[in-house]
Amino acid sequence: MSVFVFGYFFMLLAGSSLAVYYKRNEVLGVLFTVTLLSMLFGILWGTVAFWTIAIIAIGLIAAGALGYCFRAYMVMILPEYASRFMKSAPLTASFGLLVIIVMIVLAVFADLVAPFGEREIVGDVWEPAGGAYLLGTDNLGRDMFSRLVYGAQTTMAVALAAGVLSFSIGMLLSFTAAVSGGWIDQVLSRFNDLLLAIPTLIFALVVLAALPQNIFILIGVMAVIDQTRVFRLGRALAIDIVVQDFVEAARLRGEGWFWIIFREILPNVLTPLIAEFGLRFVFAILFLSSLSFLGLGIQPPEADWGGMVKDNKDGIIFLVPAALYPGAAIAILAVCVNMVVDWLLNRTASLKGGRG
Amino acid sequence: MNPVVTLLLQRIGIGFVLILAISFLLFVGVEMLPGDFARNFLGQSATPEAVANIRRELGLDAPLLTRYLGWLGGLLTGDFGHSWANKASVNLQLFKRLSNTLFLATTAAFFAVPISVGLGMVAVFFRNKLPDHVINILSLAAISMPEFFIGYLIIFFFALVLGIGDGPPIIPSSPTWSFENVQLIFLPVLTLVVVVLAAMMRMTRAAILNIMESAYIETAELKGVNMMTIIRKHAAPNAISPIINVVALNLAYLVVGVIVVEVIFAYPGMGQYFVDAVRVRDMPVVQACGVVFAGVYIILNMLADVGAILANPRLMHPK
Repeated sequence: MSVFVFGYFFMLLAGSSLAVYYKRNEVLGVLFTVTLLSMLFGILWGTVAFWTIAIIAIGLIAAGALGYCFRAYMVMILPEYASRFMKSAPLTASFGLLVIIVMIVLAVFADLVAPFGEREIVGDVWEPAGGAYLLGTDNLGRDMFSRLVYGAQTTMAVALAAGVLSFSIGMLLSFTAAVSGGWIDQVLSRFNDLLLAIPTLIFALVVLAALPQNIFILIGVMAVIDQTRVFRLGRALAIDIVVQDFVEAARLRGEGWFWIIFREILPNVLTPLIAEFGLRFVFAILFLSSLSFLGLGIQPPEADWGGMVKDNKDGIIFLVPAALYPGAAIAILAVCVNMVVDWLLNRTASLKGGRG
Repeated sequence: MNPVVTLLLQRIGIGFVLILAISFLLFVGVEMLPGDFARNFLGQSATPEAVANIRRELGLDAPLLTRYLGWLGGLLTGDFGHSWANKASVNLQLFKRLSNTLFLATTAAFFAVPISVGLGMVAVFFRNKLPDHVINILSLAAISMPEFFIGYLIIFFFALVLGIGDGPPIIPSSPTWSFENVQLIFLPVLTLVVVVLAAMMRMTRAAILNIMESAYIETAELKGVNMMTIIRKHAAPNAISPIINVVALNLAYLVVGVIVVEVIFAYPGMGQYFVDAVRVRDMPVVQACGVVFAGVYIILNMLADVGAILANPRLMHPK
């Protein structure tokens, strides 16, 4: 029994006992479950299991602390209204927001952050992490960390462009459908139903096979396919608003459809739409990465996260983790955006009330 | 006529109209996009003569509508045309690979459906308690991960722990259900299960939770019926229809998820065939695969509707 194992169980049991003393049942549940599982895993895999669990726990605690401090910090520096909004953020959302901001900063200042160039071959193939290369080198000997940073730039910019475009198209069409009603609504909605019936990836593959390979076409295809989801939500939201008295009043006042869309409907559906925009952004990142992974998205030598997984996938069976870093970057960004979106959606749900 | 039968016929009819409309969109709509098939297909070597030649050779000089009707007629009689790349009939490859893909997908569904429905029920049972939170966080993480990341994580883990370092998995010679065959495709199946599990579980949880929070369950609770009786007599009959819906929707999702998973594991299925054809712009194969995938997807969605109608106690006993 090493000192580490002894200390490990001492910490867990002391924590559990404190939780019992202060009657914090959730904390007790977590800690004691971990204790029991540790005994089981310890028998199966030895000390490695304890190290794994300890590292995960320290990571979670660090993430929680970061989220906690970041929330307090934002509440302090933000102006009155925004700081009240920020106060309602759960720890997960505040941590997610922090990570998103860090990633955006890294992507924007990629030229300053990256130690090596995007296409610069600096070392041997698949050198291990550490030393001059923070995350090792890739399948051609380019610095992995630099390419990750440049990849963040490309991936996020393309996904953002696709997201903004799909959002604008979807919202404009859905609000037009809801405001005008009648046959315009029918035509737009039925055509949208048709597009919704085709799985996105399949539709994208067929269309990309017919079109020339080009980044703007890629953005356009992603936007057109994705606007169907925005349309469905936007129309459902707008239909509820259109029948209300203040819209009727605006119509009687003689306002045009432009005014009704932007001054009457839009302000009333803003929060769910912002949440939806977060989801669309995540979807765009995952979708773009999948396309690049299949070799049909952004073309090499431009760095992008999905394409980097594809480049380095052959290393996996030789235990070279290079392909896992860009994959993890995608997953972390997606989880963080999802956590922020969850918070926004819960806010809108709690405004409406209801049982439970 | 019984209203349920009318409703069912209506749904099935809509499904077929949808498939027809999609075949039109995938053929005519795609050909109306800017860009020329013959030129794209030839790439660098596209001289005007070569383009004209290949147009004649591939039959691209006929009017669009004629070609669409010919293609549709072929589809209905089970003839998917000929590949541009190797001039071979698409049928042979398509059916062989379709059976491989269905083998992979059904095996994954066989494991994913019971596990996810079970976990969804556990989450509802422990609603807002620790197991619910843990399941919730894990499934949110799984939903956020791209399929290829999950796949390579699994490969990495198995390579690390078991030390398999000898390349991609071996493919079963015939897609039949036997213990050895399922063992061979264990890794792709595991990846697919993880991919659909989280989404299916979250939807199951939401569907059951929706029922448990409705007014008639509250009434039963308040009049003092015990929990097991509530679940057996009030909740279960109403829960079957949404659960069937969730399962079928996710099976449809699985059919799409299979594309990426097949590329990860170099599994010789429809998805791999599709992606390869897109790379070389072999339009007949692309369109055939697109229609088959979309068709399977729509049929599964239609089955979701039909199943939900059949299992809905309110629709089965019309007033």
